[in-house]
Amino acid sequence: MYQYNVDIELVEELEAKAVKIRKDLLNFIYRIGMGHLGGELSIVEIAVALYYKYMNYDPKNPKWEERDRLVLSKGHCSETFYTVYQDLGMYTMDYMVEHFESLDTYKFGMHSNRLKVPAIEVSAGSLGHGLPIAVGMALGARMQKKNWRTFVLTGDGELNEGTNWEAFMAGGHHQLGNLVALIDKNGLQMTGHTRDTLTIDPLDKKLKAFNWDVVSIDGNDMYAVCEALQNLPPADPVSRRKPVAIILNTVKGKGVDFMEDVATWHGGGIAKEQLEEALVSVEKNRRVR
Amino acid sequence: MPVQTTFDFDAMLSSAKEAYGEVLLELADEGREFVFTYTDNVAPSTTAGALVKKYPERCFNFGIAEANQVGASCGLALSTGLPVFSQVFGPFLSLRSADQIHTDIAYNHVNVRLIGTHSGVTAGGGPTHNTIADLALYRAIPDLTICVPADADQCKKFIRASMDYQGPMIIRIDRGGSPNVYADPDYSFEIGKAIEVADGKDVTIISCGSFLYWSLMAVKLLKEKGVSARLVDMHTVKPLDLAAIDKSAKVTGAIVTVEEASINGGLGSAVAERLAETSYGGKFKRIALPDEFLVLGHLEEVYEYYGISPEGIAKQTAELLGK
Repeated sequence: MYQYNVDIELVEELEAKAVKIRKDLLNFIYRIGMGHLGGELSIVEIAVALYYKYMNYDPKNPKWEERDRLVLSKGHCSETFYTVYQDLGMYTMDYMVEHFESLDTYKFGMHSNRLKVPAIEVSAGSLGHGLPIAVGMALGARMQKKNWRTFVLTGDGELNEGTNWEAFMAGGHHQLGNLVALIDKNGLQMTGHTRDTLTIDPLDKKLKAFNWDVVSIDGNDMYAVCEALQNLPPADPVSRRKPVAIILNTVKGKGVDFMEDVATWHGGGIAKEQLEEALVSVEKNRRVR
Repeated sequence: MPVQTTFDFDAMLSSAKEAYGEVLLELADEGREFVFTYTDNVAPSTTAGALVKKYPERCFNFGIAEANQVGASCGLALSTGLPVFSQVFGPFLSLRSADQIHTDIAYNHVNVRLIGTHSGVTAGGGPTHNTIADLALYRAIPDLTICVPADADQCKKFIRASMDYQGPMIIRIDRGGSPNVYADPDYSFEIGKAIEVADGKDVTIISCGSFLYWSLMAVKLLKEKGVSARLVDMHTVKPLDLAAIDKSAKVTGAIVTVEEASINGGLGSAVAERLAETSYGGKFKRIALPDEFLVLGHLEEVYEYYGISPEGIAKQTAELLGK
């Protein structure tokens, strides 16, 4: 019999949560009329695994000093995070809809603003900013001898931006073992496949050459995500070790059959009929172990 | 009240570039906590080099990767809660890191103090190394306080004041070797409040940075020509001291701005905007570097070529007054 390294009940619990988050997200995008569903659906597993299990985090106190930091670099996918926040009890869905890009009362936007939403660590939108900022955060944690960890979630198309590579170099140079890069490698960017736009592979070899430890997993498989996060080395501030990059091989639009791996679902809203079809699809794709 | 100034070029030669390192070292010795990030151009022999040597745990060398440095400085400020001083070679700070200054530093509203060195043409080396588009760029970034210290002492004042200042700042300094304008460093100083350096009734010269000293020399030359010139140190370009501009418009019927930056969008433009919007009807001239890729030559020759040496400033001011 296969020996599971991760508590399978936990995995099932998180999988059920991911289904709920996908449905809530679709409803949210339907109500606000805009989003980046493709990339927002591909990061559901990692967002759920982090917020519900693997990050030291207190939703009642999002500015708790000892919390792990999660920098969302692909800022256009903020709605996944907002959806998680409402599920964690920070906001109601109605409140988020009411305060979505609502001029002077706005709190939530297509791109997140940390001064409006305390759970957001860094205001983002322009790509290629999260990794350098995360490097600074990890250096700061080490300088102040803090045990918390910095996670940064980037896209793969986003890695076209050169600042990421400056930051990969710095992270490797400083041996920031308290830094984890999560790369949502869904293989698509705005107009097509990353491989046709600007070749990124071999990504694992590139990151290893930049002195990072690299783990490559199915980023939409909750078990694999949990295992990768569970296996992270401790984030103690003294040891010098390589930072970790987890390549999350994902599917853009994951969970909704007609959105999966379709570049045109990068951005936009969703019609009522599409919403209904999408919700059925998410349920149909629920994993039964 | 006008403050006491020095007219002796050689007497008080100083360097804002050395001063920032010196004052950071002083602050660290006083037990103040902060972080220092820097580009790979801080020589061990400088005062900043001494800071790095004495307090290595708070100093981070980011190599030749300005955008990453500015971004990481945002991260350091967020994670430590401390002010972060970040030294970057001026032209590469303003142009290469513009996105990070805008998005990481200003939009995220972090206490990062970006120290841009080699302002204007002081780096030498031609257009790739000129820092002249920066003031126009910085002025258009919300929430950013733009500090242009006139001399080494004022640079220290800005850095000390910045320890308790909320929000992002740019501190724009030259290559070093500029004279101290203020003979007595014990003058009243406040971020955002211009200083009346010299009294006069014919014209007000509004300047900032190391060109305040050139302007002061010009005031002296103008005096010899029988022109009584006022001089205002607009050391904070943003937020701009509008009351000081309004007063200048009231006190003298002519205003001249002097800066070592592009004529487009810097201090001169900021003053012009205020004057136009308050229906100022007097004479006005901007003295700055022209809208072109600048000539190469010895620094003093370049200033002379563009008419921004003390003599050039005096000449252009006198011409404006018809003298």
